[in-house]
Amino acid sequence: MDIKPADGRTTSSGTTHPARTLDRRSLLRGSALGIAAMAASPLLAACGGSGSSGSGGGTTVTFGSNAAVPQPKGAYETLFKAAHTATGMSVKPNWVDHNTFQQNISTYLQGHPDDVFNWFAGERMQFFAGQDLVSPVDDVWQTIGAHYTDAMKAQSKGKDGHYYLVPFDYYPWAVFYSKSMWKAKGYEEPTTWDEWIALAKRMKKDGSIPIAFTDKDGWPAMGTFDYLNMRMNGFDFHISLMRNGDKWNTPQVKAVLDQWRQLIPYYSPGFLGLTWQEGAQQLLNHQAGMMVIGLDQIGTIFTGAKADDLGFFAFPEIDPANGQQAVEAPIDGMMVSKSPKNHAGAVKLLKYLGTAKAQQLWLGSNPADIATATGVDASKYTAPQNAAVKLIGGAKNLSQFMDRDTRPDFADPVMLPALQKFLNSPGDAASILSNVDKQAKSIWAAGG
Amino acid sequence: MTEVELAPRGTPKRRRTRRLSGWDRVVITLMAGVPTLLTVALVWLPALASVGLSFSSWSGYGSVSSIQWVGLENYKNIFTIYPEFPPAIEHNLEWLAVFFCLPAPFGLFLAVQLDKRIRFSRLYQSILFLPVVLSLALIGFMTELIFSPTQGLINNLTGHTHGHVTDWLGNPHLNIWAVMLMACWRQTGYVMVLFLAGLKSVDPSLKEAASLDGANGRQIFRHVTWPSLRPINVVVLVVTVIESLRAFDIVYVINKGTDGLELLSVLVTDNIIGEASRIGFGSALATILLVISLAFIVPYLVSVFRKDSRP
Repeated sequence: MDIKPADGRTTSSGTTHPARTLDRRSLLRGSALGIAAMAASPLLAACGGSGSSGSGGGTTVTFGSNAAVPQPKGAYETLFKAAHTATGMSVKPNWVDHNTFQQNISTYLQGHPDDVFNWFAGERMQFFAGQDLVSPVDDVWQTIGAHYTDAMKAQSKGKDGHYYLVPFDYYPWAVFYSKSMWKAKGYEEPTTWDEWIALAKRMKKDGSIPIAFTDKDGWPAMGTFDYLNMRMNGFDFHISLMRNGDKWNTPQVKAVLDQWRQLIPYYSPGFLGLTWQEGAQQLLNHQAGMMVIGLDQIGTIFTGAKADDLGFFAFPEIDPANGQQAVEAPIDGMMVSKSPKNHAGAVKLLKYLGTAKAQQLWLGSNPADIATATGVDASKYTAPQNAAVKLIGGAKNLSQFMDRDTRPDFADPVMLPALQKFLNSPGDAASILSNVDKQAKSIWAAGG
Repeated sequence: MTEVELAPRGTPKRRRTRRLSGWDRVVITLMAGVPTLLTVALVWLPALASVGLSFSSWSGYGSVSSIQWVGLENYKNIFTIYPEFPPAIEHNLEWLAVFFCLPAPFGLFLAVQLDKRIRFSRLYQSILFLPVVLSLALIGFMTELIFSPTQGLINNLTGHTHGHVTDWLGNPHLNIWAVMLMACWRQTGYVMVLFLAGLKSVDPSLKEAASLDGANGRQIFRHVTWPSLRPINVVVLVVTVIESLRAFDIVYVINKGTDGLELLSVLVTDNIIGEASRIGFGSALATILLVISLAFIVPYLVSVFRKDSRP
């Protein structure tokens, strides 16, 4: 699963979105029905052991990590060694497969979680803070607050105003392209919608696929929706739609889908049968001109000598009132469980992890993410990393991605298939939205 | 089946006690009791709990007291506003129909041919049985290799990777058939082996006698072979139903069971698994799947027990 996970969300750098695999409860239910021969049970067994390893206290801090794949695991091991030197705390990691970690987070946090664990910003963090399953980390922020921007601080707070997350790394979503291809063809970065469509038309005439859009995985389409909605209806409308789920059946959202229809003719042929990696290959091979995706994903395809060939521009402006102010930049970080065995040690560790030095040590040669703390040595970044810093630095608002900004029980089960259905038959937009609205109302009513 | 093992109740008690020592009775109680307990604890109690939870709304967080009872709300939502449900039911039933119509008869056909002891029969047998050894998840990966629109075998052989791409995996009207074709490939081998085992147990002297009586090949099959295959037919029937209702991994590997590959098992997983799950809603879907399974299992059990109770 580590090399090419079924859902594609776990990239080799390990920072990702959630996905659905199997867990204990479903397995029980599955067996109850005699349909249980599901293939993932070894995975689950591996995860079930996670709680028991939480021994510690004194100078040991246990760390629940979702980075079991070699590349980020090695980076974390280096980081923990440095953390030991810097803080005197020895970190005892508990490695779990990325997707399994997310799927089992409920059981994990309600059982015997580690002192510190990997998690994400946004609604996805606030949801767990709201369930009273994690500790506030205001004391950590008294020390590290100076290293973070206000946008970053806002993303680390729960609904009660307390800090719950220490941001570690993040990456922007944008429109990516190959610089060498664009130079050869003389393309220029568009800033408005009309320029973008004109460019896409030109690429099509030149015999390329204008936009490498691939949505077999389902989630990549969410990025395009988020950007269209923020550009057309503004950041506040988008976040309110994500958090409250009450405005799906409105002319504003309908307009987003209508705008989206203009892009579909320029997408990769057969895009619903292609994974994001296949789309990224089209970009790498100069078969396609552009791709709306995250640096965390595309950065793992453009590596080595190709790294500096990766260019990108902000998602174009549609309504001048909203400009290009909002940037989608999913943040990964660390949280402290409800009753850690070594609270003082966890605080010490997080104070260290909240520094640019620690983050840059972890980033190492990873060109797909950037550090969240300020004061990073920019000369060690690749060209796309420096461009990403600039893009995010100029943003007025940061969104997290649909599956981090809205309820977890709504994003994947409802929105993922709904967007695929829209892309399949764009003419049905109205009925799809009216159905999403009904499902949203029932989910929010049940979940409070 | 336990009742069968527990010996006939109507027989005179004296004779049974004489035949069974105390130790025998302990062994019988253990052998019947332990599986019964396990079945009840691991199958029936969770199944009943699922049915119970299907009338509730619960995110899986907090104590059991945070469960809200909502009556038939989940079922109402499934049947009215859940767009993935109708295609899932449809696909499950199509799966069942296709498994009955293609792999089952074709498996029988292959088994009959192989049973004729033609040359290299063992070799053919191994080749046809090979896919059965593969897990359905692996067959899902193979489906991707064969049917992927730009990198797949079929589109590359037919030159459909540029311009007019046949989207075998993304077109919701096509992909279920691509997947089913692959599933049938595996199922055929499975059915073939079952029938082959059955054919080996048919007494050759019966066939010989029939042919001495002047019966031709077709008549021998109809009047001798087929009737003696009856027990195997039941097994094939049950296997077909089970395999079609539990289909899951093959579509989950391809695209998590969305966009034309919806199945009931996938919907159950989608709603129950994850960071914040809809336990009640997913349980209601699981209950629907249970009811469909029972619709096939109950008639089967009834007929089995009726046969067993006959003297």
